[in-house]
Amino acid sequence: MTISREDVEYVAALARLELTEEETLEYTEQLNSILGYAAMLERLDTDDVVPTAHAVPLHNVMREDQVSPSINHEKALRNAPDGEDGFFRVPRISLT
Amino acid sequence: MVVADKYEMVCGLEVHVELQTKTKIFCGCTTEFGGEQNTHVCPVCLGMPGALPVLNREVVNYAIKAGLALDCEIAEFSKFDRKNYFYPDLSKNYQTSQFDLPICGKGGLEIEVDGEKKWIGITRAHMEEDAGKLVHSGETISTSNESSVDYNRAGVPLLEIVSEPDLRSIPEVLAYLEQLVQILEYTEISDCRLEQGSVRFDVNVSLRLLGETTLGTRTETKNLNSFSSVRRCMEYEVARQARVLDAGERVVQETRTWDEGQGITLTLRSKEEAHDYRYFPEPDLAPLLIDRDWVNKIRKTLPELPAARRVRLQSLGLSVYDAALITQAKAMADFFDEALSFYGDAKTLANWVMGDVTRLLNTHQCSVADSPISAKQLAELLALMDKGTLSGKIAKSVLEEMYSTSKDASVIVKEKGLAQISDEGALLGIIDSVIAANPQSVEDYRAGKDKAIGFLVGQIMKATKGQANPGLVNQLLKEKLA
Amino acid sequence: MGVAEKSVSELQELLVHKDLSSTELTKAYIERIQTVDPELKAYLTVLEDQALIQAAEVDRKIAQGEELGSLEGIPMALKDNMCTEGVRTSCASKMLKNFIPPYNATVTDRLRAAGTILLGKLNMDEFAMGSSTENSFFAKTRNPWNLECVPGGSSGGSAVAVAADETAFALGSDTGGSIRQPAAFCGVVGMKPTYGAVSRYGLIAFASSLDQIGPLTKTVQDNAMVMNAIAGYDAMDSTSVAYEKPDYTKFLVNNIKGMKIGIPREYYGAGIDPEVAKGIQAGIQTLIDLGAEVAECSLPHTEYAIPAYYLIATAEASSNLARYDGVRYGYRAEAEDVLGMFKKTRAEGFGQEVKRRIMLGTYALSSGYYDAYYLKAQKVRTLIKQDFDKAFEKFDVLLSPTAPTAAFKFGEKSADPLAMYLSDITTVPINLAGIPAISIPAGFVNGLPIGMQFMGKAFDEGTLYRAAYSFEQNTNYHTLKPNLSGEVLACGSR
Repeated sequence: MTISREDVEYVAALARLELTEEETLEYTEQLNSILGYAAMLERLDTDDVVPTAHAVPLHNVMREDQVSPSINHEKALRNAPDGEDGFFRVPRISLT
Repeated sequence: MVVADKYEMVCGLEVHVELQTKTKIFCGCTTEFGGEQNTHVCPVCLGMPGALPVLNREVVNYAIKAGLALDCEIAEFSKFDRKNYFYPDLSKNYQTSQFDLPICGKGGLEIEVDGEKKWIGITRAHMEEDAGKLVHSGETISTSNESSVDYNRAGVPLLEIVSEPDLRSIPEVLAYLEQLVQILEYTEISDCRLEQGSVRFDVNVSLRLLGETTLGTRTETKNLNSFSSVRRCMEYEVARQARVLDAGERVVQETRTWDEGQGITLTLRSKEEAHDYRYFPEPDLAPLLIDRDWVNKIRKTLPELPAARRVRLQSLGLSVYDAALITQAKAMADFFDEALSFYGDAKTLANWVMGDVTRLLNTHQCSVADSPISAKQLAELLALMDKGTLSGKIAKSVLEEMYSTSKDASVIVKEKGLAQISDEGALLGIIDSVIAANPQSVEDYRAGKDKAIGFLVGQIMKATKGQANPGLVNQLLKEKLA
Repeated sequence: MGVAEKSVSELQELLVHKDLSSTELTKAYIERIQTVDPELKAYLTVLEDQALIQAAEVDRKIAQGEELGSLEGIPMALKDNMCTEGVRTSCASKMLKNFIPPYNATVTDRLRAAGTILLGKLNMDEFAMGSSTENSFFAKTRNPWNLECVPGGSSGGSAVAVAADETAFALGSDTGGSIRQPAAFCGVVGMKPTYGAVSRYGLIAFASSLDQIGPLTKTVQDNAMVMNAIAGYDAMDSTSVAYEKPDYTKFLVNNIKGMKIGIPREYYGAGIDPEVAKGIQAGIQTLIDLGAEVAECSLPHTEYAIPAYYLIATAEASSNLARYDGVRYGYRAEAEDVLGMFKKTRAEGFGQEVKRRIMLGTYALSSGYYDAYYLKAQKVRTLIKQDFDKAFEKFDVLLSPTAPTAAFKFGEKSADPLAMYLSDITTVPINLAGIPAISIPAGFVNGLPIGMQFMGKAFDEGTLYRAAYSFEQNTNYHTLKPNLSGEVLACGSR
């Protein structure tokens, strides 16, 4: 399985990473190398194996429906790069 | 529904319902509506580094309850998954949702359109978290230079209910939505306030040639929040797709948005925004094992659902229309049932409830829940009428008095001396004096003018301030004049 | 021996007997940091004023004759991926260069409640991704045993601070070896607890199903003392386990007679440096001499652990790091629209290794590849866990070198990411299985420390502490200190 440059560009778009030309080439090479190595997993027959999503088998971990204090305004916005009037501001959201 | 004489419309709906638990799905922030921006937030729902989700048990309870009300299978094993995409209203740039093992499986509900009943299937229902709210600096998202985000709503629990593509006309769609919302309102898992965004609709529409069995290409229009916008949106989209197909072109599979102002749908996501959500099991949450004891406990808390209620009321003598009207909202239906438990005449009760009681509530913009007249009090009033203590006319005025004072009918009747006079002895005296005072009318009546008795009855009613039992007065008067 | 060189247990004695005040102790560490850290660069943030205030509080308690907790008045430091309210927490990344958390991690709260003094935040590989601390945006921490060598990673700052006596103890985090390997490279004790034993609330996530916080200390006893304070169920972490937490110091018994120790042959393979292998062999002999029953065993799926780990960890990381977009906190790049802002912010805010792993993880989850990569890796994970389960039917603990080599030179591995990943072969299987493991000093190779790793059954840290303690008490490696010039010195020689 080889990863093409187009694949890398597709993945970078999904991950919202703007790559330089250099990075695109570098990652194409490196992803191929790493995933090429990962292909060894195919040697194992795992048809009847249940995947492990959680290392420790826990179930039904829940809390009661009780209000706990929210953090105050100042704390919520303290780290906001652009906070105004209590909102988090972002530049234009284009639809296309 | 036949479109442009040659197409059939196929429609499926995704309905997002905000669950009215006290707190959000993964943190203890309040779900209260309103509230100054970014004041109902914490590190968890703000997606701060290091924060972790903890599932609200009540959300699961509500989801199970809704599933049972919609006849859905409740999963024995369920889990959460991450749906990964980037958007400013999503504080982690993934939504914790359910992908392949939703809490509710197949179910459905029955609708009736033009007298014909049809079963609409539900594919599944799953739990997920709501996103924050975007406020745009301009009129619409596309004319704004910047936008502001309020995360108060981020993390509010949602139940997403997905229907089978069983709907074939706009009236069917509206009937389905009305039924669905009504059922959900009855379970009380959501306040179902569409105007507050408690219920939102995504509409999937496609067309195909009449007789075709494969589905055509569908578009999805998201986030409609009223029945009327669903109707108008569908009318537009169906016509638009027909135009496209008539021109020999293909309908583009895409997500669209409804522009309320212009009354049209617009493309929302371009082709690059591929729906590659990279779902994988949520590692920060444990899966759910839902034993049947849990399900049965919740099943016991289900109220009698609208359809069953309508049938029962009809069996008590109410018309289809009246039964439907009374069961429209659960609060009214409950009020009716409670009154019925004290006063057995369903039809009379229905008339009063749909008539004067509703009129009073509407005039004062009061909800049934806040009604100053209790169901028991209404029942007492009607019982007094039946007993003959009150005439229908007096009863109406007593009702008004009950509304403004919340006093019992019997108390008001006593205080104001409104008891109907049914004492023959007392009435005979008055009848005699009215007969004596109106010889002309007596003569007219005896001469065959039946209407003359009406005048005499009127005089007697006047003399008794309307409290004379009119039926009895008529009877006694006729006896006297005979 | 200077006061900064003492173990936590020794310092506790001094504080309780009023031979030393917490203020004096804190000042000693601050002085030490000022002296050696400009060269070692273990610290990203030093909290001199705050620490002295905290120390003064403890001294007030001592003066009033109040009883002290076992860690009260002891200065410590935290890896900079653990949230500390009001104190910059950067994950050694440009992305969080100015991030000041509005809340504490649970471990921060627990150590505060135990009366410890927070000296500062420690350097690490950016977002915990790396095995050398070379991936820090701010600085390259240096190994005090040889300044041209890496300290290991990603908890490099934590290991160095403990090894160079810049703190009494530190916390690190371990996703694929990030506590154990730097502990081995720097000659200190590092424990990665069972997954779920220590709360992850407030630990800035790398790979959710693998991350665990654990102590790095000078002695095994210290390590058990710190575990007591930080471990235990936390309602804020849904992956936290409500297990019956023992007093871990009760396991500090110098006796391993009859303990069954398994030696998994796959951990002694081709990639292991022969000198390291020799050192571990000597260690095994010591254990045999102490009465342990040692036998070879096999964990047949070991070689598949690296690809499985890198697919699972990067997949989870790609999702966990999606939140860094310039909207709510952290670095923001200027752009005309939100899409541009996301792409630029993440391109400029993240370093190369982080971006590489995000790319890898995103790919592994993407449409069409999920089954072949992520799902496959999760299935292999089951096989790896089963290998351990089978081995633990016969053995109490398993033993291996912590790392295939001793510390390597700066730049030696950074050119080829895959080569760097392959060196994690002895540590990542443990994270995949969720079991605990401890690394303890086991000797030297060319003047650089090597570590021995004990692996145990889930929630059986007790047996690990007993094994580690016994080995430690019968060797002298833990008494040796670097003198920052490459010479190995015994305690007190500074």
